Amino acid sequence: MASYTEEELAADLKNQEYKFGFTTDIESEKFPVGLNEDVIRLISAKKDEPEWLLEYRLNAFKIWQEMKEPEWAHVHYTKPEFQEISYFAAPKKQYESWDDVDPEMKATMDKLGISMDEQKKLTGVAVDFVMDSVSVATSFKEKLGELGIIFSSFSEAVQNHPDLVRKHLGTVVPTTDNFYAALNSAVFSDGSFCYIPKGVRCPMELSTYFRINESGTGQFERTLVVADEGSYVSYLEGCTAPQRDENQLHAAVVELIALDDAEIKYSTVQNWFPGDKDGVGGIFNFVTKRGICHTNSKISWTQVETGSAVTWKYPSCILKGDNSIGEFYSVAVTNNYQQADTGTKMIHLGKNTKSTVISKGISAGQSQNSYRGLIQINKNAHNARNFTQCDSLLMSDRCGAHTFPYIECLNNSAKLEHEATTSKIGEDQIFYCQQRGLSEESAIGLIVNGYVKEVLNKLPMEFAVEAQKLLAISLENSVG
Amino acid sequence: MSKVLLDIKNLHAEIEDEGKAILKGLNLTVKAGEIHAVMGPNGAGKSTLASVVAGKDGYEVTDGSVNMDGIDLLDLDPDERAKEGLFLAFQYPIEIPGVSNINFLRTAINEIRDYRKDEPMSAKEFMALVREKSKLVELDSKLASRSVNEGFSGGEKKRNEIFQMAMLDPKVAFLDETDSGLDIDALRVVAAGVNKLKSENNAVIIITHYQRLLDYIIPDFVHVLADGKIVKTGDKSLALELEEKGYDWLTEEKTV
Repeated sequence: MASYTEEELAADLKNQEYKFGFTTDIESEKFPVGLNEDVIRLISAKKDEPEWLLEYRLNAFKIWQEMKEPEWAHVHYTKPEFQEISYFAAPKKQYESWDDVDPEMKATMDKLGISMDEQKKLTGVAVDFVMDSVSVATSFKEKLGELGIIFSSFSEAVQNHPDLVRKHLGTVVPTTDNFYAALNSAVFSDGSFCYIPKGVRCPMELSTYFRINESGTGQFERTLVVADEGSYVSYLEGCTAPQRDENQLHAAVVELIALDDAEIKYSTVQNWFPGDKDGVGGIFNFVTKRGICHTNSKISWTQVETGSAVTWKYPSCILKGDNSIGEFYSVAVTNNYQQADTGTKMIHLGKNTKSTVISKGISAGQSQNSYRGLIQINKNAHNARNFTQCDSLLMSDRCGAHTFPYIECLNNSAKLEHEATTSKIGEDQIFYCQQRGLSEESAIGLIVNGYVKEVLNKLPMEFAVEAQKLLAISLENSVG
Repeated sequence: MSKVLLDIKNLHAEIEDEGKAILKGLNLTVKAGEIHAVMGPNGAGKSTLASVVAGKDGYEVTDGSVNMDGIDLLDLDPDERAKEGLFLAFQYPIEIPGVSNINFLRTAINEIRDYRKDEPMSAKEFMALVREKSKLVELDSKLASRSVNEGFSGGEKKRNEIFQMAMLDPKVAFLDETDSGLDIDALRVVAAGVNKLKSENNAVIIITHYQRLLDYIIPDFVHVLADGKIVKTGDKSLALELEEKGYDWLTEEKTV
């Protein structure tokens, strides 16, 4: 692989055909498929990374080679061929300012409904747009800079703030954590880095849009958010992907660090291509998301998951510090042949730690939707509290809803509550709405949105509206 | 001469899958400005009549027609029937958790307006309407912002049905046993609401077991529904007679 030349690359690009969905016809730099040490060295060299980061990657690669893909989740799929994936793709051109951005790329963003100009003006959201793997535009940087907030692509952070990155990278999700986390640690292409200094309250929602653009390219995003003592940040992550006819692997790692008295709100709307009605194609979404809470701090995960063919994802909190709080609010929708195995882990270590888990699953078509959660109260976690509620809504008689709650309690002073319900969307409810003049479609939209309201309320406003629309689109013609 | 708003002719309907006939040639003509009461023994088909007219799943119309103000209802989806001006106050109003009454009604009103090619109602106009109509049934303004029927008492649910009727201003309204489960005070309030909503341009069909409600809402006609047909029609005095004598004499009369 190392002998791969510029000429070969150019030839590769020439022969590239864009067959599926809407893809942006931008000159791309793409590595040949396959994974070995040379490819990792190449990734690292391309990014001009320091030696320690290359070592980190190579070490992760060694560990990954020893690991096996996890099989315990309630999902069935053909495992990806890891030697047939291209591990790096970046738009060739780099842009100095937003004005220099390729008009074609702007058009793509318009299709995705994320016109940056509009967002700049209207919402006050700073967008770090990730097309394929490299950020091409970052806005509001100056304003954030005044407050000492760092919000940049991961690669930039490695160049500009190597000490911060080095100090925190892999401290919440160690390289050895799991198969996909190890893979990500070896080959992560880019992602986002965010640092909020002591006592600073980030004045705007930080937002990153991810998108897979290059056919056959796995996405290995790396996100690291550090909230220093007494700071606050709300971070939004939204994903859309154009239609694809082949499975694509997405194995991201997100690490959150909330130091003493800090608060991080992390919201996700995930709408990767779910495959077609017959279950062909779609994204494999194998993601490791975890946060660590120090004393008096709080991490809140909110996710709306409507996409991907297979989802394997457990945004978790390690409540290490006393009085720390972890929250997980989730809506997971599966339709057609989608499969989702998602939930959370709340690891209570400190005293008076509290966690709340609200999970709303909606299954339609022939899909399978599982909640899997672990509440672990450790020996020293005196007076720990957990409240868990997981509800499942069935839209058809061929889908499945499953709940796998695990509770491990090693401290008798803990209080744990677990509530679970399963219901089928009521024909009576739909008829009632119709009798008041609502079409069947809007009746279902209304009922479903009522069902998930508790979770959507946790999202920032503009995200909540987007999420409502997504739910309606995802569940079209799904009652049966 | 006021116009006919609802014209049901020779309506036959059965329960889907079971093939059990419930309505067996029912005829009913309702003109604008009229209040009709439909009474009858259990299992006669009273609630089925309302369900079939509203288009509920699970029933199959095997013969006959239902025409509302010149439109053949049986061809329409349930929501289209509502959009044409049909309202059904449910015997057992349905709960929709997480959806506020306000949001529910606003969505409904604007969909109906869209169907009629009208502009959507402004938020201001809508809230004014909510205030006006909630007074009509003495509905606590808190209930208007709570989830549809969730955690409502039986009486509150029934009031909420009439509130919705007031908001949607239908041409033809069926009240399916709206009096059941109401104490006397709630009954008065609900009845007063219906009386205020009555006009020369609409019609109300009250389905009930007891003549009690008819003390408060005076019907122009009282019909007895037995074994899937209207077997007798009279005025208010028929209701009193039924209260006294029951239904047996009518069904017997029929078989003779």
